[in-house]
Parts: sequence; structure tokens; C-alpha cells
Amino acid sequence: MAADRRTMIEITNVSKSYRRDSLEIPVLHSVSLVVPEGEFLALMGPSGSGKTTLLNLIAGIDRPTSGNVIVNGVDIGMMNESTLARWRSSNVGFIFQFYNLLPVLTAYENVELPLLLTSLKKKGRREHVEAALRLVGLGDRMSHYPKQLSGGQEQRVAIARAIVTDPTIIVADEPTGDLDRVSAGEIMALLEQLNAEYKKTIVMVTHDPRAAEKAHTVMHLEKGELSA
Amino acid sequence: MKIVKLVWKNMMRHKLRAALTVLGIAIAVTAFGMLRTVVTAWNVGVEASAANRLITRDAVSFIFTLPLSYKDQIARVPGVEDVTFANWFGGVYIDKNQFFARLAVPGDNYIDVYPECIVPPEQLAVFKKERNSCIIGSQIAERYNLKLGDIMPVDGDIYPGKWEFVVRGIYTPKDKVTDPSNMFFHWEYLNERMKDQSPGRANQVGWYVIKVKNPAEAASISQKVDALFENSPAETKTETERAFQQDFLASVGAILTAMNVISFVIVGIILLVLGNTMIMSARERTQEYAVLKTLGFTGWHIVGLIGGESLLIACLGGGLGLAGTFPLVAGFAAVMPKGWFPVFQVETITLILGVSSAVLVGILSSIFPIQRAISTRIVDGLRQVG
Ligand SMILES: Nc1ncnc2c1ncn2[C@@H]1O[C@H](COP(=O)(O)OP(=O)(O)OP(=O)(O)O)[C@@H](O)[C@H]1O
Ligand SMILES: [Mg+2]
Repeated sequence: MAADRRTMIEITNVSKSYRRDSLEIPVLHSVSLVVPEGEFLALMGPSGSGKTTLLNLIAGIDRPTSGNVIVNGVDIGMMNESTLARWRSSNVGFIFQFYNLLPVLTAYENVELPLLLTSLKKKGRREHVEAALRLVGLGDRMSHYPKQLSGGQEQRVAIARAIVTDPTIIVADEPTGDLDRVSAGEIMALLEQLNAEYKKTIVMVTHDPRAAEKAHTVMHLEKGELSA
Repeated sequence: MKIVKLVWKNMMRHKLRAALTVLGIAIAVTAFGMLRTVVTAWNVGVEASAANRLITRDAVSFIFTLPLSYKDQIARVPGVEDVTFANWFGGVYIDKNQFFARLAVPGDNYIDVYPECIVPPEQLAVFKKERNSCIIGSQIAERYNLKLGDIMPVDGDIYPGKWEFVVRGIYTPKDKVTDPSNMFFHWEYLNERMKDQSPGRANQVGWYVIKVKNPAEAASISQKVDALFENSPAETKTETERAFQQDFLASVGAILTAMNVISFVIVGIILLVLGNTMIMSARERTQEYAVLKTLGFTGWHIVGLIGGESLLIACLGGGLGLAGTFPLVAGFAAVMPKGWFPVFQVETITLILGVSSAVLVGILSSIFPIQRAISTRIVDGLRQVG
């Protein structure tokens, strides 16, 4: 964690509370965090401590109640919905615990989805999709539907979908949470590879110490407050 | 892959549900098409059977007469094929309480303008030659046991005095709607006696009957005829024979209104069927829409996905339903007694109405699910357990 590396994510005094009916539920209390480019950060903490909430703020699918979230030099809190949507599609790759593939689409089509928002033509999209699926080791499963794949394979399709647009950061919310040890190991190896070879900045939420081991830095979130 | 492909795959996700929805819409659209065909056929029937005959009467009241001189003026209006006329004679024949219409008409062409009264040609020829002859309906002949050559004495009231007519023809009605109980005699016979006894009432006509070449011109010809006599002592009012028979129109009007209403109630039912399917589908896919939005898809993409699927189902059902309307209508036309409707077929307007209803239903059914999918925040959508 050399200090001369460029800052990728800068979170300053971010608070977040949810409103349920008239009740204000505070989740994050004045959280500050700096993540340099190329970092592989693991966020740990008990259930309900606000890990997913923090990840969503970094990824630009939720907004802080107060404070700033600056990613790759832009203050994403200042963007309107459609600008933010466009920003997400080119800057962030998402990996979810339950893969969240569209069941009616094949592996190939699922990975192609984010590319439909780009100006790429069919041939260009094909090249990208095939490269991404080969990278995750599923070059031979392109026409399979999610229900024809194992959990580990589904998550690898999801990773292919996350990287196909070549985003600058990858956010992963418990990517191994639903997998057996072997599959989890494969997924972690992939994330390590993305970080080491492709220089992706990765922020990963996990409960799994074995997964957290692979990260460069581990931070703990407890009752809405961050500690190393 | 295109968004369109995702729309198709989404629809095919629950094949049975999609098929049942399409079928439900198809059946409703077929019923809609059938009802609209009946309504249209009825309107066409009313127009066709009536609109080639216009009635010109005094603008103020039916009881005032019009000058005979109008006949030639009316005949010169372009589009008029023939002009005849009639006077209401009234009078009493045998029993005061046994009513039937007695009309004084021109012997030469009245029956030609009313071909639904079928008179054997040889009887008609004799009638035309004999000044005081008459033609009676088959029902009158039966009721009073009248035969050709019998004499009918009538006591006049509107035209006072004793009158005698020789039965020279008996007409049979062409169809059920033709009145079989009229009596026609020579207007000239009446007019001669008026010239004699009360010259002021001579050369007066009760109403004119105009046969037009093209029913589509009925309205414009009516206007032209009435314009001829504007500002004259006897202004006229001309309208189609059916409009003239207000009672008839009023009763049919109620049935038509009911059918009209029902046909649009059916559109409402289609809306509920499709709306229900779309709401169920969109609810199941809340998480998927959240994922799509996470990936950067916008509200318009969601509109395309949900709206497209809704329109697709609506159009499939609508197309199938309209296709089913043709054989159904053809089948009905085959088993229906001839003469009920002069024209019974699927009209263009029915197709247009059917297609536009389907499209409208497709759009309306998707509004609520679209609104829900768009307004659900991504974080809430993602947390939803599929
Ligand atoms: N969209 C929301 N609406 C209301 N409350 C929410 C929402 N999202 C999170 N919360 C609340 O915020 C708190 C933190 O939730 P969060 O999902 O960030 O926790 P977490 O650390 O990811 O937990 P887990 O390890 O179980 O995933 C919880 O109490 C949760 O109920
Ligand atoms: Mg979580």
C-alpha cells in the first residue's frame, strides 16, 4: 500500500440512515475511507453492520445521507440518476452473493447484457463476451442457461459479466457466500488474478476469513463504524 | 442479442400463462368482433333498406298538404330517380274500429317505388287502366274475405261522401317488415271529385315519396329538395323513410346501444386479463429489473421491456381473435335466415377497432407495472428475495 498510488475511492464523513415509516434507522456513522488504485480491500463485520450499504454507496446504486463519495476523481453524489447509470455501466463491475443472472438468458447473453449499452457492434460484442467467458474458464459453456450451471459456474458467469465492460473498480458482496470451499477457492483465485494481472481495484464484502486472506487490506465495520 | 429478444424470452418464461392470456384475449376480441359486426350490419341494414326512399312532407305538420306542382320540381333534382306521392284517405270500411291504412296514390308509379308490395303483373295492368279500382294487402283480403272484382264501399271523413272501389289487385308482402294491410287506390279518382266538390282541396298531395339513385346522397338530396321550397307558403321537410318511422328507430336504438356498451365492456375484460398477467410477471422480476438498473439500464429500457411484452401479448391475442372472427361471422351468415341483414361481414372499421383496442389495452396494462419497476429503488429491488 504505497502512499504514492493514486486514490481510487475517497469517502469522507459519510453517514447513511434509512427511513422506515417515521422511524430513522442510522446505518453508517460518519465513515471515512481512502482506497488507492489497484487495491484489493475486504470489508468484514457482523450481519447488519452496514457492509452492503457502504458497498452500494461506493458503487453508486445508493446515495449517502451526508458526506461525499468520490470515485476515480468524480463526486458521484452530485450526479443525477441517468448520468449515474451511465457512469456505473462504464466504471463499476458488480458481483452479487446470489449471482443475479437473468434466468431466461444464456451465459453468453448474460455477459453480453452490459455491452448492449455501449456502441459496440455485434462482432465487437462477441469478441468481448468470448474473451471474458474464456478468462473465467467457461469458454465451453456459453450457450448454457443459469439453471444448467453449478453455483460456482454461475458466479464465474457473473464475474465475466462484471468485467466485460472493463470497469475500473469491481464491487463484490459476499461473492463466495453461497459456494462450497472448492468453488469459493476458484472464485477467489479469479478475483486475485483480476487484481494482480488486470489491475482492477476490488472492494469485497465477506464473512469468510479464507476469502479475506486473499485481500491486501481487511477492514472491519461494526455498528456503522470502520476500523482496520 | 437485442432487447427485443429479452422481451420475447420474458414472455416465453411461463409458456402456459402466456398462452392462456393470449387465448383469453383472442376469445374476447372474437366476441368483440362478432358484436361489432352485428352492430355494423344493423346500421347498414337500416341505411340500405330505407335510405333510397325519402319522404317529403309539410315542414310544419304532417296534416298539411303540399301542392301537386312540387312533383315536377322535385323530379328535376339531380340524383332523384322517381317521385310519387300519397294522400291519407281515412274513412270507415264496415267497422269503425277495424283500422287499416287507405292511401290515394298515383296509379302509374306508386307500386314501382314500393317493390316490397308484390302485385301480379296482370292485376297491376288492370288496376292501372281502371279509374276507381284499388289494390289491397293480402291480410285485408283475408280478413274481409275479399276477392278480385269485389266492391269496397267506404264512408269518407277527411274526404266526405260515399266512395266505392273495385278490388283489382291483391299484393303480398315481400318480407316480414312489410305491412300486409294497406289499401291503395287512384289519387286521380279522389282529385276529380275534389275539383268538382271543393276545388280548394284539389291538386293537393299528402306527402311525396322520392326514390333516390344513390342512398349515400340521401342527405344532400333532402337538403336540395327542402331548399327548393324555402320561403314558399308550403315549406317542406325531407328525411329518409326510416328516420320518418321514429318508433322503429327508437326500439332498435336501445338494442344497438346495449350491444355497443357490451362490446366495450369486453375491452375492459381484456384489460383486466392482461393487466393481471403483467402485474404478476413484473412483480416476480423486481430483482431482475434492479439488476438491470444496476448494470446501467435506464427507465426507458424498463418501459421497453415491460411495455413491449404487454404489447406483444395483446397483439398476438388481438390478431388471433380477429382471425377467428372471420370464420365465426361467415358461419353465422350461413345459418342466419336470409334478409335479416342485407350485409353481414367483418367490416374494415371492426378490424381497425379491434386492432386499436388491443394496442390500447397493451399500453394500459403495462403502465402500472412499469411505474412500479421504475420507482422501486435499486437497493430495495436487490434486497427483494426472488
Ligand atoms: N433499503 C433499506 N431500507 C431499510 N433499511 C435498510 C435498507 N438496507 C439496509 N437497511 C438496514 O441497514 C442495516 C445494515 O444493512 P446492511 O445490508 O448494510 O448490512 P450488512 O452488513 O450487509 O449485513 P449482512 O452481513 O447481513 O449482509 C440493517 O439494519 C438493515 O436492516
Ligand atoms: Mg450485506
